[in-house]
Amino acid sequence: MSLTSTMTDSGQIVTVNAERIDAAIAIQFKEDMRSETESGASRVILDLSEVQFIDSSGLGAIVAAMKQLGSNRKLDLAGLSPMVEKVFRLTRMDTVFDLYASLNEATAASKI
Amino acid sequence: MVDSFACSFLATELDARSGIGSVVERLRRMGLPEARAGDVQIALAEAVNNVVEHAYADAAPGDVSIGYSLDAKQLWVSIRDAGLPLPNKNLTTGQPADLSVPLEDLPEGGFGWFLIRELTSDIKYERDNGNNRLSLCFDVSKSCV
Repeated sequence: MSLTSTMTDSGQIVTVNAERIDAAIAIQFKEDMRSETESGASRVILDLSEVQFIDSSGLGAIVAAMKQLGSNRKLDLAGLSPMVEKVFRLTRMDTVFDLYASLNEATAASKI
Repeated sequence: MVDSFACSFLATELDARSGIGSVVERLRRMGLPEARAGDVQIALAEAVNNVVEHAYADAAPGDVSIGYSLDAKQLWVSIRDAGLPLPNKNLTTGQPADLSVPLEDLPEGGFGWFLIRELTSDIKYERDNGNNRLSLCFDVSKSCV
């Protein structure tokens, strides 16, 4: 699993290059997000387009990544595949995060 | 119900990934609808994660066995392990997490059993001869999605 970042006018886009965020890599993901977002961009868009599967550990790691940013910064999620969106919806975490169907929609809705 | 256990793997996170993946793939080929395949994958991942983290918590990882029985109406999947017993409270606790708390207090865990309950139509647990056997039922009749 790796993370790659692009800085744009709409915020920092962090792309997850992995098909799964699950128990096997949740801790690694949380650590990598911490270093990747050290730059301090006030809005981070997590591009999940490649991710086909998350379990509750993966969900927890994404929540942790958001908490790591602190209350003055925002973590938005883009490109959720159906199974990933289902996990967010069942746990009602779709009320906690702003979810965008695609990266384009996320960057168009600039909140800065 | 499930008569035999078709697939066995070591209770580590990486072995669980491939073990569950191959069970779900076999079920797809047996005709399990795609929408259910996703639900089974999530519920199985949560149940097996619990075995990895809790059942074998005090010891070296043991084996997890998965068996299944699919007919026109239902899929039963059983997960068997030789680890610590399942605390009864996990089967009976009801509520989803409280998300109305400030962001910094949001829970980062504890969603697993809630997800299993949401995705299944029945859950059974038996403890027998030092083994745990958790059985999950999924509705597969064509009238429901």
